[in-house]
Amino acid sequence: MHLKSLVKFATAAVMGTMLSTTAMAGPDDDSLIIAWGSTGPIEHVDNYVNTNRTGIWFSRMVWDQLIYREPKTFEYKPLLAESWEQLSDTVWQFNLREGVKFHNGEPFDADDVVYTLNWISNPDNGVKVQRNVNWIKEARKVSQYTVDLEMKRPFPQAFEFLSGPITIYPNEYYSEVGPDGMHKQPIGTGPMKVVSIKTAEEYVFERNPDYNWGSPKGEAQVSRMVVREIADVQTQIAELLAGGIDITADISADHVDQIGGVPGLTALQAGTMRTGYIGFDAANRSGHEPVNNLKVRQAMAHAIDRESLVKNLIRGDAGVIHTPCFPTQFGCDVNAAVKYDFDPDKAKALLAEAGYPDGFDIEFYTFRPADWAEAIMGDLAKVGIRATLTKMPYFALRDKQRNEGTTPMFLMDWGSYSMNDMSAITSHFFKKGPDDFALDDEVAAWLETGDTSSDAAVRKENYAKAIAKITGELYWLPMFNHVRNYGYNEQLNFIPYQDEIPRFWQYGWKS
Amino acid sequence: MLVYTLKRSFVAFLILIVVSGLTFSLSHLSADPALTIGGEQASDEDIEAIRKFYGFDRPIYEQYFSWLGRALQGDFGESYHYKQPVVDMISGRIGTTMTLGVLAILFALIVSIPLGTVAAMRPNSLIDRFALLIAVFGQALPTFWFALMMIIVFGVWWRMLPISGNTTWAHFVMPTIALGYYATPALMRLTRAGMIEVLESDYIRTARAKGLSPTSILFKHALRNAIIPVVALAAVWFGFMLGGSIVIETIFNLKGIGWLSYDALLRSDLPVVQAIVLIFASFYVVLTLLADLLNAYLDPRISVR
Repeated sequence: MHLKSLVKFATAAVMGTMLSTTAMAGPDDDSLIIAWGSTGPIEHVDNYVNTNRTGIWFSRMVWDQLIYREPKTFEYKPLLAESWEQLSDTVWQFNLREGVKFHNGEPFDADDVVYTLNWISNPDNGVKVQRNVNWIKEARKVSQYTVDLEMKRPFPQAFEFLSGPITIYPNEYYSEVGPDGMHKQPIGTGPMKVVSIKTAEEYVFERNPDYNWGSPKGEAQVSRMVVREIADVQTQIAELLAGGIDITADISADHVDQIGGVPGLTALQAGTMRTGYIGFDAANRSGHEPVNNLKVRQAMAHAIDRESLVKNLIRGDAGVIHTPCFPTQFGCDVNAAVKYDFDPDKAKALLAEAGYPDGFDIEFYTFRPADWAEAIMGDLAKVGIRATLTKMPYFALRDKQRNEGTTPMFLMDWGSYSMNDMSAITSHFFKKGPDDFALDDEVAAWLETGDTSSDAAVRKENYAKAIAKITGELYWLPMFNHVRNYGYNEQLNFIPYQDEIPRFWQYGWKS
Repeated sequence: MLVYTLKRSFVAFLILIVVSGLTFSLSHLSADPALTIGGEQASDEDIEAIRKFYGFDRPIYEQYFSWLGRALQGDFGESYHYKQPVVDMISGRIGTTMTLGVLAILFALIVSIPLGTVAAMRPNSLIDRFALLIAVFGQALPTFWFALMMIIVFGVWWRMLPISGNTTWAHFVMPTIALGYYATPALMRLTRAGMIEVLESDYIRTARAKGLSPTSILFKHALRNAIIPVVALAAVWFGFMLGGSIVIETIFNLKGIGWLSYDALLRSDLPVVQAIVLIFASFYVVLTLLADLLNAYLDPRISVR
């Protein structure tokens, strides 16, 4: 008997009775077991108390929005609202779908929509992400299936919110149980019903049998779904290898090849709208003289080989980005951007022109993998720029940037809250808020016009001007879009989306 | 003895106050808590509102004394993220950590005492060398690596044991071994040293001369005396295991206090971090105090010094 077999036999004899009752994943029982949690568990299941991305994933399974944003084309389609009409610059009227029921049997109608919109827009109710709701003035019931929504000002991004973070709650249930009750037993109209919740550990769902009214989200493809919150990525991978889970969305690029080589499993690096960039302290809050010089920033842009970085380190569906926004986002005009090719000789010439023929020293900050930053530093070193890397946790770095302003150069990224409108990224960083390191009045004014005009052409024109100046002045060097790495059972029909929101209910087993 | 007890208790109290102060100030200095509570999506207005709501705009000493006053009454506040009382969160998870800690220390004792005893009975023999090998491995292997190796072998290759979670007792097998193995070397070496000393003492020689059976000499006379310092050390190790189970709980996805502290640190959930550090420090300080008092009771010269 071989040693391995002997040890196996002996261990089996001792531990034979210990076999776990844990369910095994796989297509056999029409269920799906998912692992997530590397960024921490969902703090509160109520969609309006949560800030975690996995909480967003959860919410899409349980609740519906008025409008559906098709995740591949970003086209708006009817969901709980069958149709809509703009009555004025600040008022939209929605005609609601009839015959929809919440998971507890409560029928869906205008009362639920009016209640939800008015409840979340009241600051006293403490919705955690106020920017999602603070543009709403009031919702009014017109008839049992018609609602008017009044905004505080013209708000062209409204549909991004109404098809994203704003989910409709059952008025009778929520007014009785509140956020804590919704946390314990979530009730929505969505494709999955919640069976049980063990906070920060496990969520069990079953197919909503009443979700057969032609929702564009589609009916659930499996009858049962279990989400396990597992913080450690290595443990998630071990569970995937052992058949304890079917899919994880938390793995790193290094794991993709390993998992892809395991029989029965596959791994995918799917592009997302999360946009990476190198930010420069162009407004000179850090007191670092060289980055305040446009020629130096141009030299850095020409010194960095973004194509090589994407090809060798980011990989998957990632690509070089030239805009301070993601190209699918409204207003993100790629043609308006000034583009910088990889040209080390030009970089050296620009440095000499700027008065730094021998280069200079600079501190470089990031919270992302050190190898990404080191590749950039290697390129910069070739033209004489000696960068010193400081890697910090995300929130500590943002704190340092915002409150101290002592970060002359930093590699960061932004997911735009999965919104397909450039106001979600460019306006956040260039309208003179604490994350604005350019403090350019002109750019801020263009963005403000773009953010508030209800005329699409005016929006596009102003956004294009902002893109041209941000890239021309190199306040940012846009780098690449990130990928999200998935590992899963190869029998699963998995579809990734750019908005980083897996629609788990859509994933069934191959026959 | 009374004076010694009071002195040691006062020192223990001072340690806890210093620990609480350090934890409070360091966790507040690591990052703006309002930023972490708000998350990536929070606007400036959200962050300012959070800062005011939680009182982060007040001087840090004011925040500390306010927190300490409530903590002394058993109120550790509410988690910033989970919106639940910290006491409830900890009490809901302490069972998992205690179970793991007790099982791990039992495992360590069950392995170390027999091995240490046998090694002492045959010094420099093959079995003694084997025991030394186990001790060296136990101290040299990083816990996380040992845990991952067990996962690969027993969870992935042979699929004999569940990898993560805490729903059945089988879920505790690998975490217990991984955590307990780390304590085994120290306990085993102490058992061995104690047994060698005892076995060479006059009263054991007398017992042998009187014709008592080797089993009786070993268990009734030698081990009972040699094991006393081992029990004291095990008490301290138990405290260490409760506090040191962060890595093991995270790897095996056991949702105990160790995992909770890891999660709270990631999110800067300060009330949870502060409460856990204070509770673990209290465990450790109390167990060390008890071990000191036990030693002083067994050897009165200690309290005189």
